[in-house]
Amino acid sequence: MSTIVLLVVTGLGLGALYFLVASGLSLIWGLMRVLNFAHGALFTVAAYAGWSIANTIPATDAARAWSIGLLGAVLGGAIAAFLLETVLIRPLYARPVGQVLVTVGAALAAVALVEAMYGDDPKQLVLPAWMSANTVIAGASIPNTRLLLIVVALAVLGLLLILLRKTRYGLIVRAGVENRAMVEALGINVHRAFTIVFTIGGAAAGLGGYLAGTYFGYIDPQRGTSMLIFAFIVVVVGRLGSMTGCAIAAAVVALVQQFLNFYAAAGVGDFSVVLLLALALLIRPRGAQTL
Amino acid sequence: MTRSVSIGLALALIAILIAVPWIGIPLPPLFGEPLRSPGSLSLLAVCFVFGALAVSYDLLFGYTGLLSFGHALYFAMGVYATAIALERWHWSLIPTLLFVVALCVVVPAIVGAICLRTHDVAFAMVTLAFAQAGSIVVLQNPFGLTGGEEGLPLSTQSLPAIFAGVANSRNLYWLALLLLIFTYAVARMLVGSRAGRVWQAIRENERRVATVGLNTYLFKLGAFVCSSVLASLAGIVYVFIEGGATSEITTANFTLALLVMVVLGGVGTLWGAVLGGMLYEYLDFRLVVLSSASGLQSLPPILRVPLSEPLFVLGVLFILLVLFVPGGLAGAFRRLSSLSTRTTTLTGGQ
Repeated sequence: MSTIVLLVVTGLGLGALYFLVASGLSLIWGLMRVLNFAHGALFTVAAYAGWSIANTIPATDAARAWSIGLLGAVLGGAIAAFLLETVLIRPLYARPVGQVLVTVGAALAAVALVEAMYGDDPKQLVLPAWMSANTVIAGASIPNTRLLLIVVALAVLGLLLILLRKTRYGLIVRAGVENRAMVEALGINVHRAFTIVFTIGGAAAGLGGYLAGTYFGYIDPQRGTSMLIFAFIVVVVGRLGSMTGCAIAAAVVALVQQFLNFYAAAGVGDFSVVLLLALALLIRPRGAQTL
Repeated sequence: MTRSVSIGLALALIAILIAVPWIGIPLPPLFGEPLRSPGSLSLLAVCFVFGALAVSYDLLFGYTGLLSFGHALYFAMGVYATAIALERWHWSLIPTLLFVVALCVVVPAIVGAICLRTHDVAFAMVTLAFAQAGSIVVLQNPFGLTGGEEGLPLSTQSLPAIFAGVANSRNLYWLALLLLIFTYAVARMLVGSRAGRVWQAIRENERRVATVGLNTYLFKLGAFVCSSVLASLAGIVYVFIEGGATSEITTANFTLALLVMVVLGGVGTLWGAVLGGMLYEYLDFRLVVLSSASGLQSLPPILRVPLSEPLFVLGVLFILLVLFVPGGLAGAFRRLSSLSTRTTTLTGGQ
């Protein structure tokens, strides 16, 4: 029983990470029809930015270092995403394939730059004492970082839903997902909405990058790329552009992965997630086409 | 340029390339050692393999318009299936080749049949997911077959005698050259065939092709399988050159590198793809050497650190090409040559 509880909570923690990456991807795709291959690079760059900032603060004050690092990562992700959109993607709105290619190039270059500056080795993240501790739930001793991740992801989901449903920009974004040409015809500046959505997605990815460091205890240059692939799967399974669908799919994908990796064999879970994707596409290919 | 002139030029180029192992000219800035040394020959051989691989990907992306992010999977399959059959099962060469080719027809047919139910960006995502599945399998080292992260080096007795050892690097060079010529010829034939014309029509406007009454799904599947088989052939040759399999070729970065190669050379032109693939591998290899060269050491760290990472340089180069030179090297060349013809006609008219 306690193993199952532990697996569920760990799985949901991982799902929270997937959600933080996938929500931005899904929003960006839904509104702008841009497949952002550099989203994993945003995750990595922001994590390293946060780590560098946290390192400037003496390790004796771990809680302060960690929170300032978190803030730095979120800001770093947002700034990097803002620059990516305005400098590289905006000139290519007439060429959709060009946009995908440019994000591929940005992803390769950014990760290589991080490797050149910080090296391949993982970097330890300084954690406040309470995060390294465990909480006992239903007989299972659960690392607090898992709980933290779930709470943060739920908060981000709530904020995004409020933003999308209650604000004027949310209205524009939802209308843009529905029919972009019509929104433009009504004289609304969709491009500003693009930049905002991209920046928010980058901030969420940055949050994910730093929290992944918290979850695993360290950050490394390649984590973002592997996260991105699972986030793609989450986005396709959860139907692109839908926030709640994205959250549910993130939880399902992560739980399937955790349980099979534990009960079958390491790697089987990761593999089955890909099969899950194939299954989702075979059951509703039409759904995937309306992406 | 008339047809006979270009054929003549191509034959002359092939003759020069065949003769390279006998040429002793040192080309210090381009190659560290003389051209006929084993080091330069094997670098050139790998360049040829990547040229062939880029051609196979160009069939899919450049000619049929299918943006696959999983093409590296079929290359890796050729590499690993050959290495496993030779090293783990101790098969001889001919059964190994038959097995690998059969496998590399069946698997892409199944994976392609699933992936092609989606379109555009979803297709890109799904092919990437399958490539990732392949990468997971290789890294997990099932039944001790793939060797996991360490890769699967071939022992000397598993290699065919004519390809074993440094002394035979010129045989490997010719094998790679043969592969490149073969792949290019097959691709050229396919592109000119009726199926190839349908592929290009699908790239331009799939709905219209369907309206004419052709089953676009089957044509796309055909393109997918053909390009995958060519990629696995490149994989087979790669095993012999590298003397084994490494897990790097299964990663997502490698599949993205393929995209960089084709775009670098020029999408939708076969010789552009050859050029892009060769240039990519060449830069990837030589930039590491050059970055440790004395000239770069004197640069301030802010310039030296990024330049020492080949993927950073290639990534930036790629972005610049996408932004400013949409046709890649082939496109730039065409634009230059059309510019010069225009100038000649202008001056000729005066």
